Amino acid sequence: MKAQGESSKHLGRRERREHPRRSQRDYRRGIFLFLLIALLSRYSAAQVTFERLVNSSKEPQNWMTYSGDYSGKRFSPLNQINATNAPNMVAKWVYQTGATGKFETTPLVVDGTLYATAPDDRAFALDARTGRPIWMYQRQLPGDIRPCCGRVNRGLAILGGKVFLGTLDAHVIALDAETGAVVWDVTAADYRTGHSFTVAPLAVKNLIVIGISGGEYGIRGFIDAYDADSGERKWRFYTVPGPGEPGHDTWEGDSWKVGGAPAWNTGTYDPSTNQIFWPTGNPSPSNRGEGRAGDNLYSNSLLALNADSGKLNWYFQFTKHDEHDWDATQVPVLLDAGGKKLIAQADRNGFFYTLDRTTGKLLSATSYAKTTWTDSKDTDGRPVANQNASPTLEGHTVCPGALGATNYMPPTYDPQSGLFYVTARDQCDIFSTAPQPYEAGHAFYGSAYFPSEEAEPYLGFLKAIDPATGEVKHKFQHTSPTWSGVLSTAGGLVFSGDAEGNFIAFDATSLKPVWHFQMGGAVYAAPIAFAVDGKEYVAIAAGSAVYAFGLR
Amino acid sequence: MLLGFVVVAVAQNPLAGDPKAAKAGEYEFRINCALCHGLGARGGGRGPDLTRAQKKHAHNDAEMFQIISSGIPGTAMPANGTNGQGVGMTDEEIWQIITYIGSQETKSSVKITGDVAHGKALFFGDGNCSLCHMVSGNGGRLGPDLTSVAGSRTREAIIDSIRNPSRRLAWGLTEATKEFPQEYESVTVVTAEGKQIKGVILNEDSFTVQIMDPGEHIHLLEKDKLKSFQKSRESAMPKYDADVLSDKDVQDIVAFLANVEAK
Repeated sequence: MKAQGESSKHLGRRERREHPRRSQRDYRRGIFLFLLIALLSRYSAAQVTFERLVNSSKEPQNWMTYSGDYSGKRFSPLNQINATNAPNMVAKWVYQTGATGKFETTPLVVDGTLYATAPDDRAFALDARTGRPIWMYQRQLPGDIRPCCGRVNRGLAILGGKVFLGTLDAHVIALDAETGAVVWDVTAADYRTGHSFTVAPLAVKNLIVIGISGGEYGIRGFIDAYDADSGERKWRFYTVPGPGEPGHDTWEGDSWKVGGAPAWNTGTYDPSTNQIFWPTGNPSPSNRGEGRAGDNLYSNSLLALNADSGKLNWYFQFTKHDEHDWDATQVPVLLDAGGKKLIAQADRNGFFYTLDRTTGKLLSATSYAKTTWTDSKDTDGRPVANQNASPTLEGHTVCPGALGATNYMPPTYDPQSGLFYVTARDQCDIFSTAPQPYEAGHAFYGSAYFPSEEAEPYLGFLKAIDPATGEVKHKFQHTSPTWSGVLSTAGGLVFSGDAEGNFIAFDATSLKPVWHFQMGGAVYAAPIAFAVDGKEYVAIAAGSAVYAFGLR
Repeated sequence: MLLGFVVVAVAQNPLAGDPKAAKAGEYEFRINCALCHGLGARGGGRGPDLTRAQKKHAHNDAEMFQIISSGIPGTAMPANGTNGQGVGMTDEEIWQIITYIGSQETKSSVKITGDVAHGKALFFGDGNCSLCHMVSGNGGRLGPDLTSVAGSRTREAIIDSIRNPSRRLAWGLTEATKEFPQEYESVTVVTAEGKQIKGVILNEDSFTVQIMDPGEHIHLLEKDKLKSFQKSRESAMPKYDADVLSDKDVQDIVAFLANVEAK
């Protein structure tokens, strides 16, 4: 497909023609009325205010943030499609992007328009009822960008009349939500040193919050906040503390300069305390701890930041001094259980953690997948690595493997069933060291990993965890591990996809499939639900297309 | 001839025989190549054993440089820098890897010996291998095609697969490029009509399965319509122990397969 460059393109819009018999005055009046109507409709549609985002549960027909709301639950209050009628679901429309590579986007839907991204930094707007395109944008990327793991993008943020995109060449871009035209474009970092954006930004107040990728390139990670109107950077929080800052002494020598700790998955927000919760990724080099002795703060941590200032309120580090690429970049979910204000995270290291979200104090850590790296906990209750978990020259088998017990795929918390659903994987890898000097812009792993033959075949699951106990209550075994995220709805359903191309509706109380559809492409994205004209839809990206499903 | 000489002269490995470069190359190899070619370059799930001096595609360092840089069209071997992970290796790093592979070649003393004619006779005759396996277009389709197996598996791995077929089923391709990860799992199903079908799995998802039975008939089935569905990691291939095939017989079969691959 021919690249569109940095321009937007209107598709299928009908030309307006002047009527030859109309007098000039009529014509002028017509223009005036048209402009007035255009102006009014412009200001009545797609104006997503911060108040609307805070109160998103009042408009269940819309999906306005990456996780559907600020709490990260990925739960839709829509219940038109339920466990009884789900077998009658059919595909309503399919939108082909023409993009190749892993399609990881979570679409947004506001007032009947669906906004999404696709690989190679495409963004587009569709009629959410029909899938017909309204505009399309594609970033003209330099030839020598440094994506870690494919030319992927996970979605947009929306605020005011604009949508916001982070690009693989480390720019943050605001597009007019009506036209796709670029409103502003700022450079966050130099892509040639391994910086990139793949994450869906989060709009909070008038800020666009976004975390950098590049943990495989020895970057120094950060989370940024940009003024939504001007693109001016309002704050930056470095996820690796510099000299004189608390936590700097958790890095050996100059290792902090190339310490990684990227922030490549979308965080959550608590309006009542004005805190942003944002998780971070692996220290660099990802699989070799030699040369960076110490805990390596704030890698593999959950950070609670003041939304206005970006100042750190508290942190919790899931995996200290990680040597297995176990980024903690999973969506941290705000939920209330047992009278406690919790934040829950099913971590890549195989443990399900609940913390008190006001203090960051660990409440529980329970294994939900195959783990061999730990057999004890510290005084805080945090699992600690055992003696022989570290990679060796000869290679050493550790579970979970480098892909983790889960990865970026968003989980869901269903307040009706009270269960937390997460995509999980049982796989072990042989971790083998491979010392490597740092070179700017060059992949920096320090180690290699291989599938361990002992553990074949790898197993993939959808698991339902009781957050109060950490107990896995139900599970569904996929044919092979999947990269799909999970959605729950008030219809008593849980939706997820698989590596074989199926989109599946499960009964939330049993995880028994009640409906499925073969989409013809593996799923790397997470589903959403929305409604237009009183009709509920469930949508997901698979292969190179976006699919929307509804009742027959 | 002259042209060939010029190309080789330009693309001499500047690091040939340098032990420091070989060490650096070993680590680069681990990071970039070992996922397919195995630790120690001895062959992995889908990449051939590179320790043998005789390679299928690269006959000298210059050709190897070309292959690492540009890949091999029509195979899983990608061009440098095209795996979606950044800009790839520098020329120097590629030469380090070639130096490392060279150092492994000299250590490899594996020489395939055996009676090719006898191995061929066993393969297509008393060994019954060709009932399920194909070589150069002749044989069955129930098991993997073995025409180029000697290029992608070590001699030890082939022998192990004959002696203990269930220990390691055919490896499916790893995830990034796997379109169709056939692993030759065995399956027994009972249909709604009560008919039992045994065979190997061609493909499967959570709701359907595609099976080939020993008569090479393909069955396309929906799982929820089956009375039973039983998968097994026990290979459909019988275990060939020393009573059935002597060590010499096995060596002869391996020699035959190596001979096919060399052609």
